[in-house]
Amino acid sequence: MHIKSKIYKNTLYVLLCGELDEHSATHTRSTLDSVFSGGNFNQVIIDLSELEFMDSTGIGVLIGRYKKMKARHIPIFITNPSTHAEKIFKMTGLYDIMPKIV
Amino acid sequence: MKKNNSNIFEITFEAKSINEGFARICVAAFCVQLNPSVDEISDIKTAVSEAVTNCVVHAYPNGKGLIKLRCEIVGNKVIIEISDNGVGIKDIKQAREPFFTTKPNEERSGMGFAVMEGFMDTLSVENNQNGGTKVIMSKCIAAEAKLTVGE
Repeated sequence: MHIKSKIYKNTLYVLLCGELDEHSATHTRSTLDSVFSGGNFNQVIIDLSELEFMDSTGIGVLIGRYKKMKARHIPIFITNPSTHAEKIFKMTGLYDIMPKIV
Repeated sequence: MKKNNSNIFEITFEAKSINEGFARICVAAFCVQLNPSVDEISDIKTAVSEAVTNCVVHAYPNGKGLIKLRCEIVGNKVIIEISDNGVGIKDIKQAREPFFTTKPNEERSGMGFAVMEGFMDTLSVENNQNGGTKVIMSKCIAAEAKLTVGE
């Protein structure tokens, strides 16, 4: 998993590249927490256009980040999910807490 | 594709998270002979990843053990068995409930079995008599039907 990020006009943009499963979960958690802890932003947009694979471990990782950002009143949005990721998000109800934006 | 199409492969590997990707790629490559769609392969890869992750995370508290993966093709159906020799599941019915997890402090979604059930046609979970757990799941690949319709 490789993670790119940038802040533009008070929005933190995060691009997840690679596979998000149990093997990459620890690295993904710590990298996202590090990215989320710096800079001034009032919302987060996670771009999944480069995410090649994700299972329910990834859902756990995203829900964990949601809880941390919720405590800071910062919403997280999802954009560009694959058909595969979208299927898991709908099944698990993730869009209820991290809405999809186009 | 012939109706009596059949094939089997079986591998054993260590219960390490790095082998999750290996397992799902093996099954995906094996299933290519059924001419699956991209969505069907994604479903199968995800279900395999969930089952292997369960073994890696829950089966061996001391961190060491083996996972057996058996994959069989019968006609246009793929049957996947993933088993371990670990501690087993105390309450299988409860474990299969969505959002249930025995590790709530580890950011687990508790959706592993629900995803397997949703992405495959059938799913059975049982404890082995000599310890450990066996997950058996199957999925029919519709490519043959699509070809028949198109002919």
